[in-house]
Amino acid sequence: MTYLIQGDRGDWEVVIGLEIHGQVVSKAKLFSGAATAFGADPNCQVSLVDAAMPGMLPVINEHCVEQAVRTGLGLKAEINLFSVFERKNYFYADLPQGYQISQYQHPIVGEGTVVLDMPDGSTREIGIERLHMEQDAGKSLHDQDPRRSFIDLNRTGVCLMEIVTKPDIRSPEEAGLFLRKLRSIMRYLGTCDGNMEEGSMRCDINVSVRSVGETELRTRAEVKNLNSVRFVMQAIEYEASRQVEAHDAGEEVVQETRLFDSARGTTRPMRAKEFAHDYRYFPDPDLLPLQLDQAFVDRIKAALPELPDDKKARFIREFGLSPYDAGVLVASRRVAEYFEAVAEGRDPKTAANWVITNLFGALNAKGLDISESPVSAAALGKLIDLIGKGTLSGRMAKEVFDAMLESGQDPEAIVAERGLEQISDSGAIEGIVDGLIADNPTQVEQYRAGNQKVIGWFVGQIMKATQGKANPQMVNKLLREKLGE
Amino acid sequence: MALDSNTVKKIAFLARIKVPDSDLGGLANELNNIIGWVEQLGEVNTEGVEPMTSVAEMSLYKRADEVTDGAYPERVLANAPEPEKGFYTVPKVVE
Repeated sequence: MTYLIQGDRGDWEVVIGLEIHGQVVSKAKLFSGAATAFGADPNCQVSLVDAAMPGMLPVINEHCVEQAVRTGLGLKAEINLFSVFERKNYFYADLPQGYQISQYQHPIVGEGTVVLDMPDGSTREIGIERLHMEQDAGKSLHDQDPRRSFIDLNRTGVCLMEIVTKPDIRSPEEAGLFLRKLRSIMRYLGTCDGNMEEGSMRCDINVSVRSVGETELRTRAEVKNLNSVRFVMQAIEYEASRQVEAHDAGEEVVQETRLFDSARGTTRPMRAKEFAHDYRYFPDPDLLPLQLDQAFVDRIKAALPELPDDKKARFIREFGLSPYDAGVLVASRRVAEYFEAVAEGRDPKTAANWVITNLFGALNAKGLDISESPVSAAALGKLIDLIGKGTLSGRMAKEVFDAMLESGQDPEAIVAERGLEQISDSGAIEGIVDGLIADNPTQVEQYRAGNQKVIGWFVGQIMKATQGKANPQMVNKLLREKLGE
Repeated sequence: MALDSNTVKKIAFLARIKVPDSDLGGLANELNNIIGWVEQLGEVNTEGVEPMTSVAEMSLYKRADEVTDGAYPERVLANAPEPEKGFYTVPKVVE
């Protein structure tokens, strides 16, 4: 599924690199002891270090370092035991220091790889260029007053990981898959909650286009601060076709930063203050280089959870699931745990079907997360057992499942309460079949004359007589035997 | 390395320091003197010497992930010229 854009004189491909800012999960900030929780009152989670009062000194939070290393290991990346914090200088109202403490020449994590699960079941590797740690900035509100902006420094100094990909992405879909996969990995690791709506994960994109067959990269444009996967995909689509049109018209594509207009789905250049972007990086004299020992890294590595790729491989190998189903089930750690609890001691494919088709369908319709599911894994397991034992037919199980969703009750309780037990007593069914055959000679004749469809009418009559509780396999078998006589 | 007036003007802008054009030439001379003085260090042969980050054998001090600071908005905003509803306020900056 190659993504190509038709130009006037041939096809173009799009080359995309992403920069993702993920807020590190930690209690306190990167260089101060102020809290990081989302949604506090303005300036209530600000220390004098964050407010850049004179004489304040940064002291690094060891847990943030650990989280960055953990993420690096999850990206199968090289961990740099020596890294350096530098000052990135610029002025903005929500950056009281006048510089952001970041890493530049010596990031804590180097090259790595993320594997994408493509919809057709194949995989594709996207290279990671680096991951570095830096401070988040504060938040500006521009809509509170006609002449002033309001500044809240609660976010100032929260630890960010900036993850930069290689220009390996070739379509909006791949960019979307990459972001979802990265988010899934970070959530498994517990290093970033990946919530783009709350801003704990944000994305910048670098987009260029080139004629199919070209090997050099053309000039790229950057689109900043996209806060949903859908916006990332829209911005890429728009940028790619804008650039193809420019090249076709003989216009120059300039290297610039653009902003995404989510209402229109378009991008526009930022006002030209580009010349001011001279960050004058230099090593922060307040912070010594960050030196890690290999034992520290090894300890983190030994304690890593099973990550989505490994889990997927295991689900395919141990449970015989299709790559697609396995991929769906491992996308979230909670879903994977739920599925494993349902599958425990049962047929894994049946369990996978119930979780993916019925449970996900119902949760999506209700807008619920797996952690809010009214049906517990244990209860869904029991329901599957009731089908296995012949107590419930597939159709009845659906009915019980719907009742479980509504009430959160145990399936056994619902079966007892509604008198739903399937009739699998062959004697009872046989009696009904015999009666029907005796009372309806016309239909019996039609069947015996070769009209196989009449059997459906008989099944319907039996289900009517038993309120749908007759075991359908048994009904079919008995009918065919008796009518065939 | 010598600074000209244009470079000084750019540096002044980046540092948000207002310098009248008439002062640029004099400032360039002063800065050039300082740079020239520091550049004497270039005479030392540092071939094969690792860059040094500290004169003491120290490593970066690290703290535990505990909330130990903050929750004093009144102190944070004490010097702010026009605080409102717990926010700093500044002349409108909007893209």
